[in-house]
Amino acid sequence: MAKISIENLRHSYLPFPNSERDEDYVLKKLSIDWADGGAYALLGPSGCGKTTLLNLISGLLVPTEGKILFDKHDVSHASPEQRNIAQVFQFPVIYDTMTVYDNLAFPLRNRGVSESVIDPRVKEIAGMLDLSATLHKRASGLTADGKQKISLGRGLVRSDVAAIMFDEPLTVIDPHLKWQLRSKLKELHQRTKRTMIYVTHDQTEALTFADQVVVMNNGEIVQIGTPIELFEKPKHTFVGHFIGSPGMNVLPCEVKNGQASFAGQAISTDNGSTYKGQNQKLEIGVRPEFVTLAKTGIAAEIVKVADAGRFRIVETRAAGSSIKLLLPEDQEIPTGKVNLAFDKAHTQIYADGWIVGEKP
Amino acid sequence: MKSFTRYIPVLYVTFLMIPIYWLLNMSFKTTNEILSGFTLYPHNFTLASYATILTDPSWYSGYINSIEYVAINTIISVGVALPAAYAFSRYRFLGDKHLFFWLLSNRMAPPAVFALPVFQLYSQIGLFDTPWAVALSHTLFNIPLAVWILEGFMSGVPKELDETAYVDGYSFPRFFFRIFIPTIAAGIGVACFFCFMFSWVELLLAKTLTSVAAKPIAAVMTKTASASGYQLGLLAAAGSLTLIPGAVVIYFVRNYIAKGFALGRV
Amino acid sequence: MSAKIQNNKAWWLVAPVFLMVAFNALVPLMTVVNYSVQETFGDNVFTWAGVHWFQEVLHSERFHSALLRQLLFSGIVLAIEIPLGLGVALTMPRKGPWVSVCLVLMSLPLLIPWNVVGSMWNIMALPDIGLLAKVINGLGIDYNYTRQPVAAWFTIVLMDVWHWTSLVALLCYAGLVSIPDAYYQAAKVDGAKTWAVFRYIQLPKLKHVLTIAVLLRFMDSFMIYTEVSVLTGGGPGNATTFLSIDLVKIALGQFDLGPAAAMSLIYFMIILFLSWLFYTLMMKNEDA
Repeated sequence: MAKISIENLRHSYLPFPNSERDEDYVLKKLSIDWADGGAYALLGPSGCGKTTLLNLISGLLVPTEGKILFDKHDVSHASPEQRNIAQVFQFPVIYDTMTVYDNLAFPLRNRGVSESVIDPRVKEIAGMLDLSATLHKRASGLTADGKQKISLGRGLVRSDVAAIMFDEPLTVIDPHLKWQLRSKLKELHQRTKRTMIYVTHDQTEALTFADQVVVMNNGEIVQIGTPIELFEKPKHTFVGHFIGSPGMNVLPCEVKNGQASFAGQAISTDNGSTYKGQNQKLEIGVRPEFVTLAKTGIAAEIVKVADAGRFRIVETRAAGSSIKLLLPEDQEIPTGKVNLAFDKAHTQIYADGWIVGEKP
Repeated sequence: MKSFTRYIPVLYVTFLMIPIYWLLNMSFKTTNEILSGFTLYPHNFTLASYATILTDPSWYSGYINSIEYVAINTIISVGVALPAAYAFSRYRFLGDKHLFFWLLSNRMAPPAVFALPVFQLYSQIGLFDTPWAVALSHTLFNIPLAVWILEGFMSGVPKELDETAYVDGYSFPRFFFRIFIPTIAAGIGVACFFCFMFSWVELLLAKTLTSVAAKPIAAVMTKTASASGYQLGLLAAAGSLTLIPGAVVIYFVRNYIAKGFALGRV
Repeated sequence: MSAKIQNNKAWWLVAPVFLMVAFNALVPLMTVVNYSVQETFGDNVFTWAGVHWFQEVLHSERFHSALLRQLLFSGIVLAIEIPLGLGVALTMPRKGPWVSVCLVLMSLPLLIPWNVVGSMWNIMALPDIGLLAKVINGLGIDYNYTRQPVAAWFTIVLMDVWHWTSLVALLCYAGLVSIPDAYYQAAKVDGAKTWAVFRYIQLPKLKHVLTIAVLLRFMDSFMIYTEVSVLTGGGPGNATTFLSIDLVKIALGQFDLGPAAAMSLIYFMIILFLSWLFYTLMMKNEDA
């Protein structure tokens, strides 16, 4: 187990990237510290660089610039074996010709561990993963989720593994099994206390698994925080859009003398008073969870109502912008024109995408 | 261990190139030099052998005849295989599996078995000693191969493409030529490559079915070996020239070679 | 892969293929069958001979010798070309500028007309003139392929290895290249050494490709004719007279229709049987 740090990491897939050109780089300058034993997620849309980052940490790629440190040792050029990490890939990677038992035992046998140590260990891990019944079957005969469990097992079976990396591991799993496997991963993390880094583009997976989520976009870190922080105080409108279903409402606004206004109406915001800048694109961000119907407020017209189970998503239009709010399923929905109010504590102003008042 | 394995391909390719080099070497030597001693490269470089071949009709007609039947065969084989492969890929029909296996079994037929009967057959229908006889007889093994290759590529194209085209109002011929064929262009290229290859190199049937008018280059070359002693320079030059079509074809499909051998379903 | 539609009208699409192959395969085969059960004394007069020719061929010393030589040849050639081709494929570069060069150069021998292959090795092996002959004689070994059966065999095997190993190599290469990177990455992460990677990842994934390579090489080596005919003509004596060479001698040389036809059928049956055997053995334990 190890504390993992990356310092000023920059990576390009070109053989001779131009240092001045940002576009040459898949990962722009990144620095992160991960504490030992935590559950982390790298969340972002496809192509944002999260798999690249994962492969750099695990040692499958060598960074163009910057350093990767495990417990203060520079491992930037070390092989995955030397770094002692394990990785679970997008589609199940198993050794077809071996039994489940031999698959799990493989990493230990490669290290020359004696059979007497291997046997109880394999059985223990198989028990944790509910694979005990299939131990002597051929691995190729299992279902996709069974195979992914084997991949996971190969990572867990090494007692001294520094970290386990997951690269979108639930991609090929059936939807109804995804939930099971997700819970299992969380349970395993709590039991084994290993550092786990989980890459995904699915916010549900990230938010339910991780203690801390790194949101990435275009090779840069947009925000690092706990799921609650990301939800309640997104630092960038991108995070606001990406997290939450539906995403945050983003409305164009103006700020004069610390007072924000949208469509001519004054809006109370959490951070409006701190805004001092000029000539920037200003937006108000407020999540649908924090928009309510009120007697007075912003005039809007209801356009669409969607049923989402325990609540309903009501889409309204005001001054050319779309504003969504959530209503509990048993509340009656008015029609036509309504007034909306925003919860001040959860209404933020964003300048050029970034939240005002805090350094990004 | 790692460093020496890097040299294996180098050694192997060198091994492959040596006889080719030797052939080229011979082709540029005079007969005197060849017979008088052993030299690793031509001391008296000459193009005489090549000149003979390119100017003597009995020589260069051999090349033309060969290319003729190879081209005819490739066009026929691939052309006929296209609709058949489509049928195998998209439809189930009575006897389809059996037909497919029967087609592939023809690849296992020794040409030697067919030499005599094919000779009689084509003589009877009056096609003996024409490029058509050779081209048609080669379809015996080339058509099954083309069908096999094309079916593999076609199966990789989702049926939704066909269905969308019908919904959009395309008639079958129009769909086939304007939409489907461009999609499997790589497969057609691979099939043409293999048909060309197996027809160009096969010689038992080619020699059996021709005598004078459609004589392929192989037959012309064997006359050299037997007639007036060993005109090795001439033989070597003729042989060297036969490398050219092959080299040209490989060059054009070089990007598809690895993909082609994979055939999508191998 | 969506299901195929049942439609017997598909026969229209298949008809041209069926007709052409039937014409070139069934018609000659029928001729062969015809000849195999009849006897002629010339002038197109045929009498029924039943299984007479088959018995004659199956009991003939000549046929047995040719068959044994053929089996030996195919066996030797497979034993060399398959491991060699696989070995070359494993060491070929998979990325980078040298890939194209490698593939193109390796494909060259496959596209040379078979008689030219025979001639090339003829020129290589000629005493006093050929590179091969010179090198071997220079090593102190007495080498003359036109007079020594062992030398003739050596030369023919060398020629076939030179000619066809690339096919095996290219097939295996295509199979190797199609293994997703994730497998190699997982092996790295699991600490597997090169041999383990070969045994547990590459070899299993190459099973299909190797089966095809073995089948193709077996079939083609069993049918070999032109290269051997040009290089040794079946000699010295009949040291290198394999089945096809013998058959052509009987059929086109002696015009012994009956025996040739019977031999043809037996020959074809042997290939079909052995191919089926190879295929079944190699595809055993297939978890479809």
